[in-house]
Amino acid sequence: MNAREEILGRVRAALRGAGEPGPVPRGYRTVGVANDPVDLFLERVADYRAEVTRCAPAEVPDRIAAALHDARRVVVPAGLAWPAPPGALPDTGLGAAELDRVDAVVTGATVGIATTGTVVLTHGPGEGRRALTLVPDLHVCVLRADQVVGTVPEAMARLAPDRPGTWISGPSATSDIELSRVEGVHGPRRLRVVVAG
Amino acid sequence: MTATFVGMPAFPEAARAALGDSQLRHNLAHATATIRARRREVVAEVDEWEELRLAGAAVKDAALLRLDEHLVRLEAELTARGVTVHWARDAAEACAIVAGVAEAHAITEVVKVKSMATQEIGLDEALAARGVTAWETDLAELIVQLGDDLPSHILVPAIHRNRAEIREIFVRAMGDAGRPAPAGLTDEPARLAEAARLHLREKFLRARMAVSGANFAVAESGTLVVVESEGNGRMCLTLPEILVSVVGIEKVVPTFTDLDVLLQLLPRSSTGERMNPYTSTWSGLTPGDGPREAHVVLLDNGRTRALADELGRQALRCIRCSACLNVCPVYERTGGHAYGSVYPGPIGAILNPLLRGVGTDEQVDSLPYASSLCGACFDACPVRIDIPGVLVELRAQVVDARRGTARHAAEAVTMRAAAATLASGRRLGLAQRGAGLLRRVTRRSVFSWLPWPGSRWTGARDLPAPAREPFRAWWRRTGGGRR
Ligand code: SF4
Repeated sequence: MNAREEILGRVRAALRGAGEPGPVPRGYRTVGVANDPVDLFLERVADYRAEVTRCAPAEVPDRIAAALHDARRVVVPAGLAWPAPPGALPDTGLGAAELDRVDAVVTGATVGIATTGTVVLTHGPGEGRRALTLVPDLHVCVLRADQVVGTVPEAMARLAPDRPGTWISGPSATSDIELSRVEGVHGPRRLRVVVAG
Repeated sequence: MTATFVGMPAFPEAARAALGDSQLRHNLAHATATIRARRREVVAEVDEWEELRLAGAAVKDAALLRLDEHLVRLEAELTARGVTVHWARDAAEACAIVAGVAEAHAITEVVKVKSMATQEIGLDEALAARGVTAWETDLAELIVQLGDDLPSHILVPAIHRNRAEIREIFVRAMGDAGRPAPAGLTDEPARLAEAARLHLREKFLRARMAVSGANFAVAESGTLVVVESEGNGRMCLTLPEILVSVVGIEKVVPTFTDLDVLLQLLPRSSTGERMNPYTSTWSGLTPGDGPREAHVVLLDNGRTRALADELGRQALRCIRCSACLNVCPVYERTGGHAYGSVYPGPIGAILNPLLRGVGTDEQVDSLPYASSLCGACFDACPVRIDIPGVLVELRAQVVDARRGTARHAAEAVTMRAAAATLASGRRLGLAQRGAGLLRRVTRRSVFSWLPWPGSRWTGARDLPAPAREPFRAWWRRTGGGRR
């Protein structure tokens, strides 16, 4: 018997006489956040020692420029919803070694989660392929205020499994050395978030 | 290469050795106390925590009780998205599949993201035997690998090493494995992390193949999920052209939206964060983004044996958060190595015997006794695994399997006494009330000595004082926390 048939056979034998699974209690999905989710989002993103600002949509280009003040080589994905910063390279499928020589990347995101201070990228237009927001050391991420939801279940309801997803909560970090949190291991060591509107 | 646990002494001897190591005890006490405090804080923030726990347990039960259907669905969805699906009955079969993929592409080194399943099957050693070097990329795993050491905690495998020891390991061993540690490296955590970043980056940029596990595998959409902190996972999942993921069959969840409960329970229970820095989800191949070839190895290796145990199967709900380790008074004092397995602590004490069966291995058979049955693990567990209940059941199985053999005669005497108490609800209730009274009278929080037959227990352990209110009384009063 091949491994597949044998394992499935063992599973069926193990479950012989086992009952029906009960319903999943979903009460937790109705719990929301009391106040403006954007305020909470700003507070929680900052808790991870990421930099975060909120501005009117017209000010976004200035805020992006400010967030890039210490970066020289900047890359942007196709379809960025905001004007690309002057001099930025469009992503033309740079290899990993080339991306390693880029200082910063500017992208949008699909959804922001207030209770956890998370941005979720699904790597479509304006967000770029996964390597783009991984290899450069600075990630500037711009969201519209209406993309920020209160809770994880609200965010999941806006996501679909057909695209790859990356949930980002603060800069890369480790607590492996005596549990003291150190920002910045392999992913971008700096995360700057701009909320428009 | 990382050493293995084969031939470890049984728990009591290994624990005694660990208890004598004061550095280890100090590191562990500090680490577990820190994570416990963090976890308590972020769990207290969530009003609906108990509802989430009930939902988490129900989601995993829904998957396990229809596991055959969900596995077939998962296979179909993965295949439709360009992934090659393999099935592995045991560790040897799984290792051979991974090595075969490497060999088919003439690959001699792979980068790895921390995964319990690949540790369980001894993948690094198996690959080395076939001429393939596996580089661990999680900082703690790197420390363990470079130190030629064993992991001691699910979440923080190098929890037993302090910063000075880590610096020493980096300076000594990084050069042999690739880029050496920077000159003048200090033991400041930020500098040590930077050294790891530089050392591993050259490996990420060059690697053609990566090996991962998965925290969850969604049947309806073929989505795999990896939860991590450092970004080494993202590197492994994104940059190399070939990705092989070894996934235990119990990692399946039915639907994509089921992740909305598990992604809340896991980070808060595990690292004590509202959310871990990075979570990656992917459903097969995406043209122009990430690997060009992907394999998933669905691993049994004893999981169907555990599934067949009516009470024990709940252990397969485990999401490897390690909360039960951090609250366990036994683990806090002995550390992970004493359990002789990649799954230490309370969950290890039930999972290892369930996966491997009892009655054949002294080490495995000793694990269900590595507990004082205080119940802290159940209270902490985000998917409500009744670890104490399963421990008691497994002790009975060990005694049955070894009936008549001399080695377990001593345990048999003690356990018969315990069984007489535990088997009768009334007697247990009386014993617990007596114990609570003892605490109120003496005001002590730890008993290091009890009269016989209790002395058989306290001879090797301190016994935390019983709770003022026994668990069973609390359960009756609150309906299991629902009231
Ligand atoms: S048994 Fe529960 S508490 Fe322990 S690691 Fe598994 S999920 Fe976490």
